[in-house]
Amino acid sequence: MIEQQQTLWSFMTEQSDKLLTQTLQHLGLTFVSLLLAIVVGLPLGILIARRRKLAGSVLGIAGILQTIPSIALLGFMIPLLGIGAKPAIVALLIYALLPIIRNTYTGIVGIDRHIIEAANALGMSRTQVLLQVELPLALPVILAGIRTATVINVGVATLASFIAAGGLGEFIFGGISLNNSNMILAGAIPAALLAVILDLLLSGIQKLDFRKLRKIRFLFPLFILLVGGFYMIPATSDTSLRAGFTPEFMGRMDGDLGLRSIYGLKIHTTVISDAVMYKAAYEKELDVISGYSTDGRLKAFGLTILKDDKGIFPPYYAAPIVRQASLEKFPGLKAVLNLLAGKINDSVMTDLNYRTDYLKQTPERVAKDFLISKGLYKSPRNGHAGTIRIGSKIFGEQYILAEMYRMLIKGNTDYEVATKTGLGGTKICFDALRNDQIDFYPEYTGTGLLVLLQPDPELVKSITRDKDRTYEYVKRAFQKKYQIQWLTPIGFNNSYALMMRAKQSKVLNVTTITALKNYIDHN
Amino acid sequence: MITLAEVSKNFGNTRAVNNISFTVADGETLVLLGTSGCGKTTTLKMINRLIEPDAGTISINGQQINRDKPELLRRKIGYVMQNTGLFPHYTVAENIAVVPKLLKWDKEKTLGRTLELIEKFRLPKDCMELLPHQLSGGQQQRVGLARALVADPDIVLMDEPFGALDNVTRSGIQSEFKALEELKRKTIVMVTHDVQEAFELADRICLMDHGKIVQIGTPKDLLYKPVSEFARKFLDSQRLALEFKVITIKDIWEFLPLKLIKSEERALSSSTDVWSAMERLSSAGDYPVELFSDLETKQAKRINFQELSTAFHFYKQRAKYD
Repeated sequence: MIEQQQTLWSFMTEQSDKLLTQTLQHLGLTFVSLLLAIVVGLPLGILIARRRKLAGSVLGIAGILQTIPSIALLGFMIPLLGIGAKPAIVALLIYALLPIIRNTYTGIVGIDRHIIEAANALGMSRTQVLLQVELPLALPVILAGIRTATVINVGVATLASFIAAGGLGEFIFGGISLNNSNMILAGAIPAALLAVILDLLLSGIQKLDFRKLRKIRFLFPLFILLVGGFYMIPATSDTSLRAGFTPEFMGRMDGDLGLRSIYGLKIHTTVISDAVMYKAAYEKELDVISGYSTDGRLKAFGLTILKDDKGIFPPYYAAPIVRQASLEKFPGLKAVLNLLAGKINDSVMTDLNYRTDYLKQTPERVAKDFLISKGLYKSPRNGHAGTIRIGSKIFGEQYILAEMYRMLIKGNTDYEVATKTGLGGTKICFDALRNDQIDFYPEYTGTGLLVLLQPDPELVKSITRDKDRTYEYVKRAFQKKYQIQWLTPIGFNNSYALMMRAKQSKVLNVTTITALKNYIDHN
Repeated sequence: MITLAEVSKNFGNTRAVNNISFTVADGETLVLLGTSGCGKTTTLKMINRLIEPDAGTISINGQQINRDKPELLRRKIGYVMQNTGLFPHYTVAENIAVVPKLLKWDKEKTLGRTLELIEKFRLPKDCMELLPHQLSGGQQQRVGLARALVADPDIVLMDEPFGALDNVTRSGIQSEFKALEELKRKTIVMVTHDVQEAFELADRICLMDHGKIVQIGTPKDLLYKPVSEFARKFLDSQRLALEFKVITIKDIWEFLPLKLIKSEERALSSSTDVWSAMERLSSAGDYPVELFSDLETKQAKRINFQELSTAFHFYKQRAKYD
């Protein structure tokens, strides 16, 4: 039933087109940003070497920029520069700045002052001192800075896929979401190789005798420009609407592949992270996105779901999945977890998500308010009968559910609770469960079926029409294959959905996916 | 001719150079002498505008030096420094050719002049393509000198030019330096803290302390006519050695015994200092006998070590009563 495991090599040959494009995009992103960082950083370094008083503040600011988490920096860029290549290059440029400025400064300041005095005393002008003495002598240190910046950039450029700028991150993060190790490796290995090769190349350049290379030294920036040119800024849209799909959605039969094969939808698509996708739609960077039907941002950003009239999105009913061993170890756990069964429908979940995502209430408060309103909340009993470990994936809904379960367990049993929230993605979360790092976490039937079990496509087609058949199937299969139990579903269906801005949907009169396809075909 | 008039320079609250004036004649060697921090290096660097004075004027051949761009001034003034300041990424030939390149000489002229200097400074012929760190300290200092002299400037400024060398190398280069034809026509201002070196090389010495000139005059003036307690004490520890160097055979001629003989070719000049004469005598064996001639009168005397030191003693006695 289960498809023959693909080897990494066959995956890479099969996807060689994509791999080549992504590698070139990756190189392009790295080098364009590197070149800009040199253009900005080198003069800044020279300036602060001339005016030492500025050095502290300039290096301080560059240092602070460096410490901003890369995904946050990419997030800041969206309102300013939108999505795609521009914000990614600016973010990478910011990361590359510090090593270049600092090494230029250190390189020049570190030159024996007698040599500079001699250059002045012989009658060289300031420019001549800079070009003939200071820069050549500081060059090894400056190159070391460029080398550091390059390696940093190759790494950070993997994150560019979050904001639709392409690169090898598309495979890496797509693979993590899809539980596809081959896909992860197909992105990670070339990225690592790029870093190692570029590092070696630059260390080679660093060791070259520059005296002998005077005539060809101008080729170096030219070379960077050329490689930078590989990066073709994504071709302008050939359709009137632009779509942004998560890497996970891109690779799934119940995602982009299904849209193409079953609906025949041909829309200009970029790959983008879930974290910034909704905002990009709100800010009209994108028109169609692949969201989740209960996402609070749906409400927050005024988006509307397009009806899946051909039924390609399988049901994603949420239910806690628990290790069989944990159920035996903690009697009574099952009953407590089932307290939530059937209590939350789609609109309630969307509202709860809206309160955390948009109103910025803490998941803890949202969970407590909900439990109180349903009469389920009890004060913690603070018992010490063993610790139950709750996991959750890294998005708001899972945090809220984890909080609810924590409160229920503490109020109804004597167990203690440890929460391990924010496990990044299905694969990581599920691996944690299988390896006894957590006792349970909320999972979705569709994910269990398509990501974790991955049965024969024909079978998928036949059972996903019906939510109960899907549930029964995963429940049986998980018990048999992993000794993991699916408890009663919570009630809501967080399935994939295509969504648009409500306003635009109304204006274009597009409310179903078929209507979307027809609209695109005629415009 | 270099003229400093009422020149002052402050660094923060410290008065590094305090209202000094002097003139250096064409072809003269003036040595700025003093302990570290006395303002001698600051004074030197103001002459080629590596440091700009706060007050006063400096002129060369009657023309104030702040009229033009500093780099144009500097290309006309040779500059030698203690740490050579050679460019580590340039070969010896390129180092020597820095100023010709700035002055846009053609390649042949530069090469010819470089070869000439390499020969004059007795540098190995194959050093042209070497990098400075491949040379010895003494050789590096010679390259530094060659670089300063390549464009044949009328004025050469030297900042402790032999300071970084060991004693043996140093005395070798000093005597070479004195003998260099290339330098004899130059107006030289040199900074040193080494009294011996100052007496060896200077036409006049400018003794400085706390940014002011204590005394300016010939080495003999400083030895025998100190203007202050400071000036006298500054030389005390090395007085005898300095006197040997300052006093020449001509000075003590009248105290030498009257043993006139015919002048011979081998005779030492009467302008030889007593120190050198003693060196010659003591290396001549058990019965040191040597010839000295008075160039004007064509007179010569044959003397031994004993007679020389007696004459020197009498000369000093008389100097005391003068």
